[in-house]
Amino acid sequence: MAVGMLTAILSGFVLAILAPGLYRIVRGGAGWLLALLPLGLAIYFASHAPLIASGDALSESNSWVPALGVDLSFRLDGLSMLLSLLITGVGALILVYAGGYLAGHPQLGRLYAFLLMFMGSMLGLVLADNILLLFVFWELTSISSYLLIGFDHERAAARSAALQALLVTGGGGLALMAGLLLLGQAGGSLELSTLLLQADHLRSHPLYLPSLVLILIGAFTKSAQFPFHFWLPGAMEAPTPVSAYLHSATMVKAGIYLLARLSPALGGTDAWFLSVTTVGGVTMLLSAWLAITQSDMKRILAYSTVSALGTLTLLLGLGGTLAVQAAMAFLVGHALYKGALFLVAGTLDHQTGTRDVDRLGGLFRAMPITALAAGFAALSMAGIAPLFGFLSKELFYEAALRAPAAAWITAAAVTANILLAAAAFIVGIRPFLGKAVPTPKPAREAPLSLWMGSVVLASLGAVMGLWPALGTDGLLSAAGTAVLGETVSIHLSLWHGLTLALALSAVTLIGGVIVYVSRGLLRRLASRWESLGQFGPARWYELVLLGLNGLAGGQTRLLQSGYLRYYLMIVLVATVGLTGTTLATRGHLVKPTDWSGLHFYDVGLVVLILMATVATVLARTRLAAIAALGVVGYSVALVFVVFGAPDVAMTQFLIETLTVILFVLVFYHLPETPALSSALARGRDALIATTVGVLMTAFVLIATEVQYQPPISEYFAEHSLPDAHGRNLVNVILVDFRGLDTLGELTVLAAAGIGVYALLKLRVGKQRGTASAASGSECAPSAGDASLPIANPMPKEGEVS
Amino acid sequence: MNSLILKVATRFMLPLLLLFSIFLLLRGHNQPGGGFSGGLVGASAFVLYSFAFGVPETRQALGVDPRGLIGAGLLVAIGSGLLALFMGRPFMTSVWGQLDVPGLGTLYFGTPLVFDAGVYLVVIGVTLSVILPLAEE
Repeated sequence: MAVGMLTAILSGFVLAILAPGLYRIVRGGAGWLLALLPLGLAIYFASHAPLIASGDALSESNSWVPALGVDLSFRLDGLSMLLSLLITGVGALILVYAGGYLAGHPQLGRLYAFLLMFMGSMLGLVLADNILLLFVFWELTSISSYLLIGFDHERAAARSAALQALLVTGGGGLALMAGLLLLGQAGGSLELSTLLLQADHLRSHPLYLPSLVLILIGAFTKSAQFPFHFWLPGAMEAPTPVSAYLHSATMVKAGIYLLARLSPALGGTDAWFLSVTTVGGVTMLLSAWLAITQSDMKRILAYSTVSALGTLTLLLGLGGTLAVQAAMAFLVGHALYKGALFLVAGTLDHQTGTRDVDRLGGLFRAMPITALAAGFAALSMAGIAPLFGFLSKELFYEAALRAPAAAWITAAAVTANILLAAAAFIVGIRPFLGKAVPTPKPAREAPLSLWMGSVVLASLGAVMGLWPALGTDGLLSAAGTAVLGETVSIHLSLWHGLTLALALSAVTLIGGVIVYVSRGLLRRLASRWESLGQFGPARWYELVLLGLNGLAGGQTRLLQSGYLRYYLMIVLVATVGLTGTTLATRGHLVKPTDWSGLHFYDVGLVVLILMATVATVLARTRLAAIAALGVVGYSVALVFVVFGAPDVAMTQFLIETLTVILFVLVFYHLPETPALSSALARGRDALIATTVGVLMTAFVLIATEVQYQPPISEYFAEHSLPDAHGRNLVNVILVDFRGLDTLGELTVLAAAGIGVYALLKLRVGKQRGTASAASGSECAPSAGDASLPIANPMPKEGEVS
Repeated sequence: MNSLILKVATRFMLPLLLLFSIFLLLRGHNQPGGGFSGGLVGASAFVLYSFAFGVPETRQALGVDPRGLIGAGLLVAIGSGLLALFMGRPFMTSVWGQLDVPGLGTLYFGTPLVFDAGVYLVVIGVTLSVILPLAEE
């Protein structure tokens, strides 16, 4: 039983639990210490490199929920390896960076915990071989993203951004789950490795299209594709280390990962090509444009990330060896330079007090190390040789040039890249050049923890560009092999000769400089179109949310009136309606024919019950009504005695006694007031009561006649003494045969008792007091309002003392 | 309520009723009775006491908070089911033992009785948690 990968994933969660405690002990050095785990994991994954490079994969499987076919099965192949290295490598840098960025923050320990929890979830996502297991980790990344975006939970903007991200990705997650289940249905297995082997069968299956659509919705929401892209810029409310890690380098790549992972099985059809390419292309262009119209560094980077995700989606939509190679190279390149730039943005924010590009300038002198890292990353992003970004962009152009509809796709690619190159200059170059601008805080070079991450990532971009044979080729080849399902070998090189792609690169660069210079003009142009934004997807989201809340509020007001009598009425009418319809359509009325077993005392009891019932309804005072009701109860108990159920009878007697006491105690507090309800209301209540009575009578008559299964009572009677050592059948059933049911009922009884106690003790007046005292918490006032009508059930009938 | 007769009678009734409730609990497995009805009788005994002497005295006579009885009862009930788990059998499987008592015969005892004792405690706890605060006002 191999557990290597399972241990690797769980270690993240375990350390997440320990992290806050560790932070309390170690304080400043905690980030460095915690980073040892992702670093170790990166080494662990890298140690499998020879196996993966040879085209093999590492698998392990442990049984989890065998009845549902859900196993803890993991598989490490080229694609998983690539992402695992990104997750752990960037993760280590981020943990260190977070320690510097939020130094002294009282909740830093919590941030570490969430980051580690995310890392474990993300590793699970890219390693899972079982699609339901993958889904579980997928949702865990959404949840950790929610917690991290809302880290600064005292700000309303952070809370609503977190909720938005959770609702969008969570909604997509639901679609994904349905899609994955359909896929499993079509392929007859929940294991990815098995599903991928039956590509032809899956593509011709009638469930192909529905499952494709649902899975794409899941992938597009997660990877912020149009029209779901709006949550990602919102997610910039998170602390910068989080934005760099989740919302640029790793989590948003989950959708891309899924597309890449499933493309051998689902790709290659017209439906795939059209939908994935179109969505990717639109996202790429739209957000590249939005990126250069921003002035907040993080928002520029966020939109350019969305654009990069669009590029990846586009490439995976195209499919084929060249496009997949380009996608893999671009994925790595983007993670390196975008991660670095995010960290730089955070560092600038931390050191100068602003991340508005219009208020930054000439920082090279004050922050040379950060400036160099930013410069290298920006040049890589702009696609300038010899950096890695150049290589991946060349591959992208080559793939675009050979794609179907090459002219369109190439034009879109060049346009987007021109805009992104300009965005790179705005973020990575401009703040450091020119005249020094006074900043809110005097600029000083950042400490090691704050520049290490961006320097490492930016240098990697340079090294991997200059010497791709150093390991990049092998890794990318293995990843490409995993995506394509056939062996490919990728050899990156800086010089391809005087190709069309090189010419396009030159066009991109020149275009980028032109856009950069005229960015002021473009931004003014964009502000004129700003009013268009209110028709955009973000507005749709708001409208859907408003509608949903309205629906919830409306039906709550309708059904949860707060008056016990209406609750009772709704329950009774619903029961009568549902069972009555069934009885009317499927049942038949049974008339009792055999009266022979009837004794005179049976008749007497019935008459007694009827008379007491009438007396209850007609009683003038409450006490009289209670007494009459008690007579009904005792008479029913006598029925049990007559029909030989002493246990039930005894319980009924006791319950009846206590009920009368309860009623007396409750009614003692109510003012003595004559009839309150109108004649109409009484008529309505009488009608409902009569209907319920008639229905129950018919129901009992039918139920005693119909016998679908042989009664179980004989079995119980036979086995009671030998198996359960008891002669009292009722009790043996309660405590032994159906003991679990009793345990459940006992729990409900306990909860109900505590609930009643709470309602009795927490009166409205006291509740109000506590609510206003705790006004810092959001939910306190609403909870107080909600409990108001329940704690005071009959406000119309005078105040309860 | 201030009635000497009630007070005197209740002094005798409380222990008798409690004994009766335990009697009901213990005989339940073979004859009419059991934890539920036993618990109701037990609770009724304290309710009667509260009528005669008031709620504060009743709480004192009870000695524990009725809410504590709810939790304790649930724990006892779950604990009786857990025993089987330690013996490698499914949760809530009954476990029986027997003891030969000279002069009395064979005494059977098992986890269902423990479970029923849990029911007994929860029923007393819930009933008194609801009735005593109401009677207090």
